[in-house]
Order: sequence, then C-alpha cells, then structure tokens
Amino acid sequence: MKRMICVMMALCLFVPIGGKAIAKETVKIGLITPLTGDVKTFGESIKNAFAIAVEEYSKKGKYTIQTVIADDRNDPTEGANAALKLVTQDKVAAIIGPATSKVAIPVSVIATQYKVPMITGTATNPKVTFSDGKRKPYVFRACFVDNFQGVVAANFALKDLKAKTAAVLYDVSNDYSKGLGEYFKPTFTKGNGKVVAFESYQKDDVDFSALITKVALKKPDVVFLPDYYNKVALIARQIREKGIKAALVGSDGWDSPELVKIGGSSIIGGYFVSHYSPDRKDPIAEAFIKKYKARHGIVPDALAALTYDAAGILFKALDTAKNPRSEELLKALAPTKGYKGVTGTISFDTNGDAVKSAVILKVEKSGFRYTTTVNP
Amino acid sequence: MTTFEENAVYLSMEQASYIAAQVINGLQLGAVYALIALGYTMVYGILRLINFAHGDIFMLGAFVAYFLISRFGMPLYLVFFATMAVTALSGYLMEKIAYKPLRNAPRISLLITAVGVSLFLEYFCSLRSIFTPDYIGFPRPFEMETYNFSPGGFEFSFTNVQALIFAITFSALVLLYLLVYRTKQGRAMRAVSYDQETAALMGINIDNTVSLTFMVGAALAGMGGVLYGIAYPQINVFMGIMPGIKSFIAAVLGGIGIIHGAVIGGLIVGVSEVIVSAFLSSTYRDGVIFVILLIVLLVKPSGIFGKRSDKV
Repeated sequence: MKRMICVMMALCLFVPIGGKAIAKETVKIGLITPLTGDVKTFGESIKNAFAIAVEEYSKKGKYTIQTVIADDRNDPTEGANAALKLVTQDKVAAIIGPATSKVAIPVSVIATQYKVPMITGTATNPKVTFSDGKRKPYVFRACFVDNFQGVVAANFALKDLKAKTAAVLYDVSNDYSKGLGEYFKPTFTKGNGKVVAFESYQKDDVDFSALITKVALKKPDVVFLPDYYNKVALIARQIREKGIKAALVGSDGWDSPELVKIGGSSIIGGYFVSHYSPDRKDPIAEAFIKKYKARHGIVPDALAALTYDAAGILFKALDTAKNPRSEELLKALAPTKGYKGVTGTISFDTNGDAVKSAVILKVEKSGFRYTTTVNP
Repeated sequence: MTTFEENAVYLSMEQASYIAAQVINGLQLGAVYALIALGYTMVYGILRLINFAHGDIFMLGAFVAYFLISRFGMPLYLVFFATMAVTALSGYLMEKIAYKPLRNAPRISLLITAVGVSLFLEYFCSLRSIFTPDYIGFPRPFEMETYNFSPGGFEFSFTNVQALIFAITFSALVLLYLLVYRTKQGRAMRAVSYDQETAALMGINIDNTVSLTFMVGAALAGMGGVLYGIAYPQINVFMGIMPGIKSFIAAVLGGIGIIHGAVIGGLIVGVSEVIVSAFLSSTYRDGVIFVILLIVLLVKPSGIFGKRSDKV
C-alpha cells in the first residue's frame, strides 16, 4: 500500500497542471559581441539590449531561449574562434552579432559554412552579407550598408556643411573604415568637391602627427573620420592640437558615450551618420527607450536599438518557423518584410540587408543631437 | 653660362617648414622610443638577454601614472618619480623571479621566459581586478601649448609636450652616462658586461649589479610610458607591444649595448616612421624601418655605433 502511494505521488509530479506547465522546447541563441577592448561600449549596449529582447520574448514566445554570450574583443580571430565554439560545441540555432564589420566578415563565413543563420544588428560593411560575387544565404543584418552610409556622409558634407575640400583618414587594416573611406571619395568628387588628402593609418597607431601635419597643409573644409570612437577621439584631439579648424564628419562607429569623454572639446561640433535618433517619435521606440533607460540609466545608442531589432526579427522568425532548425528558420527569416522595429521599418533585400534611412547626429557636450534624416 | 646655384632646386619656405614640422613630429616619437631602447640596451649589454617584457614595463608605467593622476591628482614631477619607483620595483621583481633562476641556463630558455613574462604582464594587467582590458583616456596633467617661431619666413613650431619629452630623454641620457662611466656601480656594470665570471672573481656582486641594471632600465621604460600617455592620451594593456618592437629595432640599429646608440637609433626610427608616413604612405612605414635595419646590419652587423665586443 505504502509503495503504491509512493508510486502515485511520483506520477503526480509528471502530470501537467492545466496544461500550462508543459516545458517549452529550449533553443540556444549565441551572441558574439566585443565586451572588452577598444569598442567595449558597443558590446555593453548590445548585451543589454539583447537581454531585454530575450526577456520580452520568453514571456510570450514559443520557445525557451538559452543565451550563449561570447566576447570577441573586436578581434577577427577571437570572433571566428567564438563563432566556431558556438556552432560546433554549443550548437546554437542562430547567432546575433558580431558588432563590427571586421569581426562579422570572418564570422559570416563560418555561419555560412555551418549553415547557422546569423543576424548582425550593426555590421555595415557590404562584405558581411556579400563577397566574391556571392550572397551568403545565412547572413542578414538589421542596418543599412556602408555604400549608402558613405554617400550620406559625403552628401551631408557637400550640401549641409557646404564643404569644397575634404580630407579622409582611415584605418587601412579595418574593412569598415577602409570601405567607408572608399565610398565617401567618389560621391564627394562627383558633387564637385575635392578630396585633398586620402590617408591611411594602421590599427595600433596612436601617433597621427605625420598624417595630420600633411592634412593641415591642405587646409580642408571637412575631415572625414570613418572609424570607431576610441581612434576617432584620439585623432580628433591631435587634429585640434595641430590647429586644424575643419569640421569633423564621421560614421556610426562614433556612437559611444566614450567619444566625448576621450575626445573632449575637440570632438564637440562633429557630425556623424547613425541609424536612429532617440528623439524618434514612435511607440515601439519609445517603449524600448523607456525600458532601457529605466534599467541602465542611459538612453540606448544605435547599437542597442539595432541589436534589439535584430533579435526581434530572429524571434519573430523563430515563432513562424515550423521548427528551430536552420533550414526552416532561414525560410522564415529571408522573406522578412515590414518588421516594425525601434530603428524603423525593416525589410530584407535580396542580399539580406535592411534598406533604411539614416540620420545625422551632432556631437554636443551633453550627448548627440538629431540634425537631419536622409532617405535611401 | 649658368651657375650651379641657378640650376639648383630650392625648397620653398613652405616646403621647408613642412619638412621641419614632420621632423619634429618624428623626433617626439623617436625620443620616447629612445627611452625604451635604453633599457633594452642596458639589459642586453649585461646579460645578453633581449628582455621582451620591457615593452610591458612601459605599459605598466603608463597605467601607474594614470592612476596617480586620475585618482590622487598628484603633481607631474611626483608622478614621474613615483612611476619610476614602481616600475623599477617591478623590474627588480621580474629579474629576481623570472630571470635569476635561469642565469646559467641556455640563452634560449631566458628568451622564451622573457616572452612568457611579457604575455603574463599583458594578460594579468587586463584582468578587471588589476587594471582593465579596455582602452582608457589618459588625463593630460596640463594643457598643450604650441610655440610658433618664424625666423625669416621659415615657420616651425613645437609644443610643451615635445619640449618635455626632449628634455627628459636628454637628461636621462646624460644621467645614464654619468651612472655608467662615472660611478662605482657603473664600473661594476661595465665589468660584468665584459666578463661575468672574472668580474665576480674581482669581488663584484653580480646579483646586485644585474638587479640595478634591470631597475634602471625599467625606470626609464616607466618614464617613457608616462610621456607616451601624455603625448598620445589613450592607454591599454597591449600598448607596449609595438613601441617595444620599434625600440628593440632602435637598440639594434644603434648597436645593442651602446647607450648613445640606443638614443640615436630611437630618433632614426621615429623620424623615418613619420617621414615615410608623410611622404609615402603609412602602409610602407614598418617595411621601410625593417629595410633600414637590414641595410645597417648588412653593412655593419654590430649596428651603427657597435664595436666588435659589446659593452654597456
């Protein structure tokens, strides 16, 4: 008798109560992002936004999400190693990230090879989704592409800043920076501007005196600095110290609270192309900004917003797909059209890139101020 | 008939000023390299050891100075002395812990240990509980000021940062000379560098001499770190790698083991880096430096000032 009671009690443990407690299937999602190193604020924003997206999904979604977060240190080799570990050992269903193009490019190769869908929120270089004349079918992004961004920056310099001459300083070892420099130049020249200096530096450089002295000689109206905030702040300081008064124009890599902290007064008054402005009037954006602000005390930057959108797109596809395996997930992801995100409406084109408008933000002491919107 | 002068290509004043500005940029960089190269050269002179961790002592100096300035708001001259004390101590510990047990081991063991110490310092310092793995802005303790001169249309300018760097490198060179050639410890250093065993037989305390050399070298590297932080205000735990390599090249170029060779080598490397970036492209920069090194070593294998037998 006692034994039977025991057995019955044991059985009771397995009886679902009201059907609601049926364990959801667990799906592993990997996040590759730079949590340390030269662009660590990118990683922090991305991690925070990803956590919010996962939390919201777990309330109403079809699956339980288990996240695997890897630090790429903004280093292509680290990123590739992390990606290999995620796909071969953790067996993630999809990857969010990496943040920067130079890491996203090698990771996209691994994602394609292992047929794991990957959505980067923020990597803007065209080679992330498309290289050697071939589309990487498993790779998507929630942001615009650099051939658009470079054009936007050049047109802004020509039309809004009325610049006649420009100098471009770029990191020759960084696909993102080099690519943007190369997209900026033809547009600026076509608009009757003249690129008077097109100079490269290398990844670990801190002494830009040679290049800046050269630029000073040419007296450009604007200096285009397509790089990440740390390097930009350092270059901006040296530009002002050499007495160059030119306006500074940059790209979405500037987007970090550290920019003003390191660059100080030299960077204030500069303009950069970004993906969204927190001043955006939109219920989805406002809800996210409010939540993020309550949790982290600061307004989310574009990296946070884009990652939130990238994760949102993935989760939506996860719910519509028959199962969370790569083929089905891909079938649900590829036709994403009109996804309403924090950074605007996202539709993937045939390359898996989002076609979106860009905004220009102005660097001020208190933060970044919205200046204008440019549509593709 | 035209004279030579009429046919000669003159540089316009503007071009001459531009070249002068670039040379000054190069000297600024080179002077910091020179400070680090001095340490390489001293240690090599005594132990025939290329201390690869030397660049990381340089990094340590920059971080110590960062904490002293940003946390304690110490005045600059105190920052220099305190940083030198800390890096000298770490140089001392490094020698005692890592190199001394290998004093009689094959030189390759020492070399590999040096690489190990270098990696240890980099990754140990990147722990959040020690320093940080992130890039941080270095607080410049004073405002940068530029002094302009234009004697007869030839314009040139230099900054107070550059003046500080030149002054410190030059005084370091002089003090080091006095130490090595005018003091008893210096004589001991030179003796150990000639022949360790004989020096020991003559009653010289080898351990103390080697320790002193390491401490002096590390103090110079630490000072280099502070100056580098002031000149290029951003620091991270891997910042010592490239300057370390460049300074090593500088030391070899000038003749490793020769004090003034290290300084001249540093200035040559710094100026050629800047000149190549300015007139060619930064892509060729490192290549050109190695070519210069190769040519010097082919023509004179012991370096510009090198003699057949090395000495401090």
